Amino acid sequence: MYVAVKGGEAAIAAAHALLDKERRGDPTVPALTTEQIREQLALAVDRVTCEGSLYDRDLAALAIKQARGDLIEAVFLLRAYRSTLPRFGYATPIETGAMAIRRRISATFKDLPGGQVLGPTFDYTHRLLDDGLNDQVPAAELTHKIAHDEAAVPHVANLLGAQGLIEQNPEVEIGAPVGDLTRDPLAFPADRDLRLQSLARGDEGLLLALGYSTQRGYGRTHPFAGEIRMGHVEVHLAPEELGFEVSLGEIVVTECEMVNQFKGSAESPPQFTRGYGLAFGHSERKAMSMALVDRALRARDLGEEVIAPAQDEEFVLSHVDNVQATGFVEHLKLPHYVDFQAELQLVRQMRREWEEANRKEAAE
Amino acid sequence: MQICARATEAELTAALDVLKPRPEAVDVRPAEIGLVMLRGRIGGSGAPFNVGEATVTRAAVRLGTGETGYSYLLGRAKTRARLAAILEAAGQRPAYRRSIVQHLVRPVAERLANERRSMLDEAAATRVEFLTLVRGED
Repeated sequence: MYVAVKGGEAAIAAAHALLDKERRGDPTVPALTTEQIREQLALAVDRVTCEGSLYDRDLAALAIKQARGDLIEAVFLLRAYRSTLPRFGYATPIETGAMAIRRRISATFKDLPGGQVLGPTFDYTHRLLDDGLNDQVPAAELTHKIAHDEAAVPHVANLLGAQGLIEQNPEVEIGAPVGDLTRDPLAFPADRDLRLQSLARGDEGLLLALGYSTQRGYGRTHPFAGEIRMGHVEVHLAPEELGFEVSLGEIVVTECEMVNQFKGSAESPPQFTRGYGLAFGHSERKAMSMALVDRALRARDLGEEVIAPAQDEEFVLSHVDNVQATGFVEHLKLPHYVDFQAELQLVRQMRREWEEANRKEAAE
Repeated sequence: MQICARATEAELTAALDVLKPRPEAVDVRPAEIGLVMLRGRIGGSGAPFNVGEATVTRAAVRLGTGETGYSYLLGRAKTRARLAAILEAAGQRPAYRRSIVQHLVRPVAERLANERRSMLDEAAATRVEFLTLVRGED
């Protein structure tokens, strides 16, 4: 526990002025614009929109600049900003089946309806530093190919669904309440809608580590990347005063569907099960990790033994939010003087008692 | 409204500038920035869940001639939202409709279609055919 302290105003003001100077860096180097961050550090921006749980790429770029590139600090800034705004309502669920696809791959089927589209990817690059980026080298000439006019590209997992070899997605109950952890505090056990909301805003690093742990045997789920797709989807809202749905525009999302082996239980035959990941922007690692952890967290629902951290929803959901985590870890920096004085007294007293006991023992 | 939500401020201004007489509008609800909680579906097609919020700007205006116009669009853009609401209201008047279709709906729809086509064509160039190699074990 920390106790309020007074004073230090001048030092704090000077520290903030120094922070401003450090943020600017060498004044002979041109200052970054938020447009440059938005366009050229796009994946950092995407990550901040995911974990800040606020799709606004301009604000995320500003937050990254203000936070000097500290992405968790930037996430914190976005979360603080969103808490100042009224909420107009809940959008109609986006239809990823109707996505304008920029990337779509499957590790389970080589040939699939709609095809595999690599899109802008780091995959198959050699991970050699490119000296050319130090100079203002013009971008490589782009190839264009006439895209087939495909209305909707079906989800890969549904190909298995047609044969009954994969579980069905949970049914839609019209008007059934959807859990919202920004309105009601998280309680356990949490349903899958709440778990997914929590994972969607969760820290990519923690999800990556937990997903990795399931692959290494801590709650093994035998995953295959059934499909990863990234592209534009339209957002619709039905405002109360209008009484009909309007289009608000488009957002970019990444979706990952993991297909996992399942040996069956008393109720269910052996079949594949699903883990699902959905993230703002081009956030592939996040979406994949989320899908792995989503599947691991379904252990209880599927009658599997809960033996690993990634399967323990209370553990995962209580620690996945990096704003909460950083708040509690970093609060240790704040003055704990009174608290520490009490501890100091206690240790001194225990030390005296221990020494006295030792002396007595030696004397006997 | 779909076109109004995607038109740029310049496109909306240009479309409004050519309307004769220029519609006069009063705010029913001044442009306001807020949040909409976006939703996905479990597994891409199942029950809904909340993914995260997005900033949205909305506005509502009434024309001197009585029509009410609304706008809702992604992002923080009060000027754009107000212009969109005015044009949405104006679009309800037959006298303006032809001009709005000609100077806003058609050019914006065309720009969006071009952008979409160009994006999909760029992606199509990265379409891949993987071949499975036969291993020589047998």
